[in-house]
Amino acid sequence: MKKFPVALLGLLTVSVAVGTAQQITAAGATFPAPIYQKWFGEYHNAHPDVQVNYQSIGSGAGIQQLTSGTVDFGASDMPMTNDQISKVKVHPLHFPTVMGAVVPTYNVPGVSQELKFSGEALAGIFLGTISKWSDAQLAKDNPGVKLPNEDIVVVHRSDGSGTSFIWTDFLSKVSPQWKTKVGANTSVSWPVGLGGKGNEGVSGTVKQTPFSVGYVELIYAAQNKMAYGAVKNSAGQYVKASLDSVTAAAAGAAKSMPADFRVSITNAPGKDAYPICSFTWMLIPSSFPDAKKAATVKSFLQWMLTDGQKDAPGLDYASLPKEVVAQETKQIAQIK
Amino acid sequence: MATAVIEKRTARISSSTGDSIARLVTFVFAALVLLISLLLVYELWIASAPSRHKLGWSYLSSSEWNPVSEQFGALPFIYGTVVTSVVALLVSIPLGVGAAIFLSEMAPAGVSNALTFLVELLAAIPSVIYGLLAIFTLVPLMRSYGEPFLKKTLGFLPLFKGPAFGVGFLTAGLILAVMTFPFIISVSRESILAVPRDQREAALALGSTKWETTWKVVVPYAKLGIIGSIFLGLARALGETMAVTMVIGNDPSIHASLLAPGYSIAAVIANEFTEATGSVYPAALVELGLVLFCLTIVINGLARLMIIATTGKGTKR
Repeated sequence: MKKFPVALLGLLTVSVAVGTAQQITAAGATFPAPIYQKWFGEYHNAHPDVQVNYQSIGSGAGIQQLTSGTVDFGASDMPMTNDQISKVKVHPLHFPTVMGAVVPTYNVPGVSQELKFSGEALAGIFLGTISKWSDAQLAKDNPGVKLPNEDIVVVHRSDGSGTSFIWTDFLSKVSPQWKTKVGANTSVSWPVGLGGKGNEGVSGTVKQTPFSVGYVELIYAAQNKMAYGAVKNSAGQYVKASLDSVTAAAAGAAKSMPADFRVSITNAPGKDAYPICSFTWMLIPSSFPDAKKAATVKSFLQWMLTDGQKDAPGLDYASLPKEVVAQETKQIAQIK
Repeated sequence: MATAVIEKRTARISSSTGDSIARLVTFVFAALVLLISLLLVYELWIASAPSRHKLGWSYLSSSEWNPVSEQFGALPFIYGTVVTSVVALLVSIPLGVGAAIFLSEMAPAGVSNALTFLVELLAAIPSVIYGLLAIFTLVPLMRSYGEPFLKKTLGFLPLFKGPAFGVGFLTAGLILAVMTFPFIISVSRESILAVPRDQREAALALGSTKWETTWKVVVPYAKLGIIGSIFLGLARALGETMAVTMVIGNDPSIHASLLAPGYSIAAVIANEFTEATGSVYPAALVELGLVLFCLTIVINGLARLMIIATTGKGTKR
């Protein structure tokens, strides 16, 4: 009988602890979801009173939820447009968190060498103006490689995706024709090709279709040990995507970083920079109605920019260059 | 005697109150179905407003789908949905009805029960599994054997022209056929089994063979149930999402060839909705949902008319 009140007391203190715990909800991009989950988990272990629930429902849905005020902050693979920002009651700040890259993957039977692609070649292939592997542009990119006289089968993502945004953003920068005819978005009107759902749909189709070419996230290619090609950067070098070459691209772009971090780093300057990569952002309101919540979010961002960054390479994300970390640390002070 | 009569009477009274309660409860359940459908249409109508106002009727006739320039047309998706469903039914009706006849009339009881159990298992497999199966087995088979064979033998028809990718209307239709198959078999089999024994005995007594009895007496008697099973299958084919999007090629354009890649309504909604931003783009996807709803109503309505036209004569006879 004596045990009973003690147990009850224990139960009460537990419920009190749960009651005072800071619940933060966030929603958005699926691409960085694995590292966000890890960050929020680790942060919760270090600060048991803070619990962040992140729902990976897609960038577009994340922005919508932020706009309608149903989440504390959002996350997106593409920066918000002025139009979208104007619809949010509290001005949102963009915080780059990690970087991702997109790589061309291909299946050309009979060719054992690793292929190289210039931006013009990729734009031509995806526009349909380069339709054979034996095309002169591809031969120029790959001296000494005997490419077959076969039709190219183009494979693109069918689902709306940040991956497609990065890819089409790069093509828009290197090809004026792509920019006017197709443009950059999470889904576009593809001039040619088959659509595969998700990274697995594209890689599955490429693997099974001889003479095909497609694009997937670097993380997906690395974790599945897929072969992928090198891409010519703005300095004229053919660079293979790696965590280092992606961080180099961000460092190259840091010099001309706009104050609000809404920047595209495709085709970034620097001879080691991989040209098809992008930041992914957390969209944090510049003021919170609850001062305690604001303090928690600020402390989390501080931790994410320092200790949190060390988790990135383990999950195959490229971490932020120190120039960008320094710029973002200043922005944290703007949160009220 | 008197008490017995009274008891009977109270029993009757209580059973009639029971009846009215049962009637009320079941009425509420039935009304809920109607209410949910109405709510669904209302929500789709409201949420698609930006797209309806901006694009108007051209939405239905345009075949341009460009999220960058915000040009949206539903035609390629309607076409893809209808074509894949038709291919699916063309394959699954003869196979499904044939299998149902075998299972109910010809097969020994043990075989019939075992096979029926397996067929019902097929119906319980999630569609993403069918899709993966299709990507990794059906698509390579179609590309290397099925489609080259069709091009060689029937290549003079516009239906079988163009390069063989393995993905496209035909492959999507085939995987849908496999998915609608269990519905058609199990419902058709039940309705064939429900045909009274007298019908069969009368036919046999008149000197019919076993097959004549089955084909001329039993199947016509069970016609309504068989047609019902086909519409159940059609409903699944029209709304199927995952399996279709994995093998249809996801290309929003209209091709006469069944070998070409296409797109379906459910597939594009599942693909693009999560990352659709702005006001018109998500609304255009919601409007596709409304179109699919109307398409289902139109097709089901036509089906009803067909049933009335064919069975109306049957009941008079």
